[in-house]
Amino acid sequence: MTGSKRGASGGKPYYRHSLPVRAMHWVNVLLLSILLMSGLNIFNAHPALYWGEESYGGAPPFLDIQARETADGKVFGVTRIFGHEFDTTGFLGTSREPNGELVARGFPSWLTIPGIRWLAMARRWHFFVAWLLVVNGVCFLAYSIAGGHLRRDLLPTGRDWRSVGATIVDHLRFRFPKGEASYNMLQKLAYLSVILLLAPLAVLMGLGMSPALDALPPGWVDIFGGRQSVRTIHFAVAWALMLFTFIHVFMVVVSGFWNNIRSMITGYYRVKSEADHG
Amino acid sequence: MGDGMKMSRRGLLARMFAGACSLALAGCDRLSDTTWFPKVLGLGEKATYRAHRLILPRRAMAQEFTEADLSPRFRSNGTAMPGNPAYMRMASNGFADYRLEVDGLVERPMNFSLDEIRALPGRTQITRHDCVEGWSAIGKWKGARLSALLEAAHLKPDARYVVFHCADHAEKVGSSPYYESIDLDDAFHPQTILAYELNGKPLPVANGAPLRLRLERQLGYKMAKYVMRIEIVKDFSGIAGGKGGYWEDRGYEWYAGI
Repeated sequence: MTGSKRGASGGKPYYRHSLPVRAMHWVNVLLLSILLMSGLNIFNAHPALYWGEESYGGAPPFLDIQARETADGKVFGVTRIFGHEFDTTGFLGTSREPNGELVARGFPSWLTIPGIRWLAMARRWHFFVAWLLVVNGVCFLAYSIAGGHLRRDLLPTGRDWRSVGATIVDHLRFRFPKGEASYNMLQKLAYLSVILLLAPLAVLMGLGMSPALDALPPGWVDIFGGRQSVRTIHFAVAWALMLFTFIHVFMVVVSGFWNNIRSMITGYYRVKSEADHG
Repeated sequence: MGDGMKMSRRGLLARMFAGACSLALAGCDRLSDTTWFPKVLGLGEKATYRAHRLILPRRAMAQEFTEADLSPRFRSNGTAMPGNPAYMRMASNGFADYRLEVDGLVERPMNFSLDEIRALPGRTQITRHDCVEGWSAIGKWKGARLSALLEAAHLKPDARYVVFHCADHAEKVGSSPYYESIDLDDAFHPQTILAYELNGKPLPVANGAPLRLRLERQLGYKMAKYVMRIEIVKDFSGIAGGKGGYWEDRGYEWYAGI
């Protein structure tokens, strides 16, 4: 890698991420992982999704994960989506224990916290970590608004809007800007949609599953289709956040892995000069 | 060669990452098995309880529905038929010999027959039942207001919790009997009733006959079925496992508003 040492040719260090942002980013990585995985353990207690107020209105769940048994006693996993069945043995419906035994379970043990099916403990992890994440998120928002991070680094500028077409084309051709210190338009939109849309929606839909908070005011969950719809949206938003994370990590890897990682640890991002573009 | 090195470095990184993940997961599992860490996690429940009590008006009503919203069949969960012989004798006799005991920190310990309970001020409500597992069902419940019973028995000043002792053993006969407890805010809530009817018919055994608690702003496991005795206490640490309920003794939160 050229310019990987400070002061070496072709890269000048640029202080990209302040300490609070870096700290909150890594706290977020840890907590969001636990939140997702404990959430999947909770989902495994009733691995089916419905639309509407309730689960037994007559219509079958539009998505469910089952374990079934053949006549000769072999278990296999079935995932049903809108009436279409898929054999997902080994991953969804049935998966292997550490000792190799195939057991009935929605999501596999390596994706859940705790690893075993344990609803009570999963709920403890989930709600404790949810509180911490809300604190982290509120701190991030307060810091970003008061400290100017939001306005300076995240809100699209007029130039961003004008260059959005070119940025999309560049991304599609896997040509990622390396000579720029600031975020590009697609980055900004991705980050903003997580900060302002997906994360708040995940929290709101989580609160919507609470029978107590549904009373404030009574029936507000109907705006989202009802309590079971809220549960479904919560699940979908969790996976949307994961989709963001996959793309985010992919972009980190392909657009200069060490430079990106270093900037999120030490704060310094090395801006390449034009000559380095190969 | 450079490529080979890059591959092996990438492979090593991937393996290190996978190793770190499985170590972290094993760490989480080990923490779950300690006695201290679940208590730390339990702070989340305490924060939730405080927050709900702070922002929810005491009388905030759970959503109510119409007949058109009723689930065709109300799911029975947990015990569907208590194996307890005394209960079975009562059930075979249509609960004619049933008596609900009300005792503990009350000025007047009382007992009620089903007819006496039906004569108390009651309420009919179509509400959604949310199970901790994740499913919901809508049913129409008719029952006596718990507040009416408690006012009749007259609580002593140090009363803090209402404990429901049940006829069923949730898992198998011989395991400890089901019980639950709620605070007085919930006990005097207008939608908190002892239901004796479901969907216009006498409460089926599968759903908790002759009497089950409806506590509409909390999850299903709080709504004790087969209620035999109501005990008013100052604290519940001396009852069964000391956590305030059958499932609470098995790790579930006492406050199930979420």
